[in-house]
Amino acid sequence: MHELSIAISMIDQIIEESDSRGGLDVETVHLRLGVFSGLDKQALLFSYGLVCEGTPLEGSRLVIETIPLIVYCPMCKKDTAPPSVYQICCPDCLTPTEKIVSGREIEVASLEVAA
Amino acid sequence: MSTRMVEVRAKVLKQNDLLARALREKFSASGVCVIGLVSSPGSGKTAFLEKLLAGLAESHRVAALVGDLATENDAARLKRATPNVKQITTGTVCHLDAQMVEAALESWPLDSMDFLFIENVGNLVCPSSYDLGEELRFVLLSATEGEDKPLKYPTIFNSSDIAILTKMDLAEAADFDVALARRNIESVRPGMRIFEVSAKTGRGISEVFDFLDAQLAHSRKSLAEPQTKTVS
Repeated sequence: MHELSIAISMIDQIIEESDSRGGLDVETVHLRLGVFSGLDKQALLFSYGLVCEGTPLEGSRLVIETIPLIVYCPMCKKDTAPPSVYQICCPDCLTPTEKIVSGREIEVASLEVAA
Repeated sequence: MSTRMVEVRAKVLKQNDLLARALREKFSASGVCVIGLVSSPGSGKTAFLEKLLAGLAESHRVAALVGDLATENDAARLKRATPNVKQITTGTVCHLDAQMVEAALESWPLDSMDFLFIENVGNLVCPSSYDLGEELRFVLLSATEGEDKPLKYPTIFNSSDIAILTKMDLAEAADFDVALARRNIESVRPGMRIFEVSAKTGRGISEVFDFLDAQLAHSRKSLAEPQTKTVS
């Protein structure tokens, strides 16, 4: 349960971003969250609401896009989704692979602001 | 009211990642081999580290940072092996981050160390998100925890470099299926090197010493290489 720490980092970052652009009226925050990030979506949504209170982001909405786990198969030479997060191999040829292409993201993608 | 989109595309842990990268460069430049240790609470990180520190201290300069929510108990235990131990008490925070490591290392001369061990808070979830700048991360799994821990916590096993099976002296009593545990680790982190140890009997510890010696030589070699190139 470190979603609260992550929410605090996230809000600090958005406020900094907003300040650098002369102050934005942020309505919605779009976050990309990988299934291999170690974070729980619901816990993060809950933490976000708590941490926003009393900041310029109070009342804003967090929208989370879930990013699937994608690995690179050295045999098939392609990016592919493994059978599960605990079977890190190619779903077709079953070759184990170390190469994670995506799925670890914790990234603020964009902000929807009042025009 | 109309809205407009502002592209940001920024990693939430950018500050931690940048700090971890700076720490990694500093460790590398000082020639210190830094090893992180993660595991669930009670899997034997401190006992394993006590063994490592005591053995390595005979021929190397060793130090350790140890994280816990509360108490200085672990630091007191590790100080029996070396005086160079600092406890980081995190209060309620469930993991170490790069800033805590940087603050703890302040005024500690890195170039007077060969090995620095960073024992994280016992937790198989949260530490996986925070890079501490270590060269290698060891994940520990004790024989009493069950073989399927790697499958239940794939993120931390996948983001670690070496697996250590601990409390192997209890394997038989706990009906621990070593082959299955190894297969599960391989499933979540293909190619991961695995050591089987017992801090109590000393089994397998010398293999870890040999590995660490080779790792130190490797890090020092990569430190020396740019200079050699300039000379030639």
